[in-house]
Amino acid sequence: MSRKLPGFGLSMGIVVFWLSAIVVVPLVALVGKATTLPWEGWSRILLDPRTLAAFRVSVACSLAAAALNALMGTVVAWILVRYPFPGRRLVDALVDMPFALPTAVAGITLTSLWSPHGWLGAPLAELGVRVAYTPLGIVLALAFVGLPFSVRTVQPVLEELPGEVEEAAGLLGADRLQTLSRVVLPALRPAILAGFALSFARGLGEFGSVVFISGNLPGRTEIVPLLVMQKLEEFKAPEAAVLGVGMLALSFLFLLPANWLQTRLRRRR
Amino acid sequence: MSRGASADPVWLRRTLLTVGVGWIVLLVVAPILAVFGGALGRGGAAFLDAVFHPDTLSALKLTLLAALCAVPLNTVFGLSATWLLSRFQFRGRNLLGTLVDLPFSVSPVVAGLLLVLVWGQQGWWGPWLSRHGIHVVFAWPAVVLATVFVTFPLVVRELLPVLQEQGSSEEEAAILLGAGGWTMFLRVTLPNIKWALLYGVVLSATRAIGEFGAVSVVSGHVRGQTNTLPLHVEILYNEYRFQAAFAAATLLVMLSVVAVAVKGFLERRAHR
Repeated sequence: MSRKLPGFGLSMGIVVFWLSAIVVVPLVALVGKATTLPWEGWSRILLDPRTLAAFRVSVACSLAAAALNALMGTVVAWILVRYPFPGRRLVDALVDMPFALPTAVAGITLTSLWSPHGWLGAPLAELGVRVAYTPLGIVLALAFVGLPFSVRTVQPVLEELPGEVEEAAGLLGADRLQTLSRVVLPALRPAILAGFALSFARGLGEFGSVVFISGNLPGRTEIVPLLVMQKLEEFKAPEAAVLGVGMLALSFLFLLPANWLQTRLRRRR
Repeated sequence: MSRGASADPVWLRRTLLTVGVGWIVLLVVAPILAVFGGALGRGGAAFLDAVFHPDTLSALKLTLLAALCAVPLNTVFGLSATWLLSRFQFRGRNLLGTLVDLPFSVSPVVAGLLLVLVWGQQGWWGPWLSRHGIHVVFAWPAVVLATVFVTFPLVVRELLPVLQEQGSSEEEAAILLGAGGWTMFLRVTLPNIKWALLYGVVLSATRAIGEFGAVSVVSGHVRGQTNTLPLHVEILYNEYRFQAAFAAATLLVMLSVVAVAVKGFLERRAHR
């Protein structure tokens, strides 16, 4: 850190201008628009049964998907780091596909796959399980978009986990399952939690992949971003702004601990 | 590091491999195959018709234009922000870091809403601009702005750890030896961060091409004019023209496959 290096003024100028134009001014506009409504307006919108139901769906499905990702993401990270199996590099690349694939494409293809007429949905429908157009479909879509976040937070920690600790546990008489549950898993816990939080936060705001598969039934499979969209289409900008502020508040509530966890992780490495 | 001594028992190894690979096949591979299945379901001619339809091509053009505008802008911004955050101590540095990262945690739909509230008819500058014949929302500039917003923190996120780890001693030496600011940047800083920078650019381009929620709010869905490729896919799908929707989607799938391949290549170069 030194004042001797050049470029402070120029960088500061560029950053302040671009940050104000793209982030700060729009955020001020959002809060400004939302506060044009009186307090009763806020409570009417936020406590509306349909809004509450949408928040419940968004939170519950994101939690379920994040939990699923914490489990499966850890398994995938484990096999990628520890087991040299044929096709490992292909699987490693496939983990990035949900990030690279446009969410709208994910949405339509997951829907067609899991709908009662789809390749995977048809056999399930015969068993009486419906995926598309139910909360289960939302969880599936969110698990898809969240997968890379879970795998990629656990994977580097696992790569740097010293093998000696496990060997020591083994030498001291622990069997393999004891070593995994008492030595390896505790070391991975912060990374798994961070991945959980990232995947959850991503799920709360996700729109493209969910809107096709959810069926958008008010009160049952309608998510908050869709409500924002509808308010805008009805030219109710202040109401949309209130919902937007609510969503921002919610994601900060969960992202702050996640960021804190991640900085702690990085420091420990 | 020998892991032979702590190797997992065969049954555990088999179970985890089956579960892990099975999950990837079910969750990732099957949907990708389904795109091609849906696209080619009614034969190659129908597929080519949909891909080379003028609306598809104009949507592809707007998508690429938005990415070509947003990515360079965010690269310049990302370089400046990273330089600032990694090389200088100043008041408000933590706040700046938080604000730079903020778009990452904003729902794409809310991102679109933000744009409408500033540039739209019900927004701050929209009415004044439209009186002067400038239309931002429901026109291509808003598509570019939305793309800029969602890709905003990506370059910084990739560059910051690298620049922080590198430290500033090489750059200070260059300055002491009489190099000017730009010479230092081009000869010392840039060579050190080029792979991380390229990586950030690829991530931004990928995200830019695929963005749906934010663009969907601000574009107005005018076919042949303000439709990006993901929006075009949505419209076709909602019109029950599934085969055409999947055919257009194959273009996006192929772009993502290229992006993932380039990403893998860059990662291997960066580790060398």
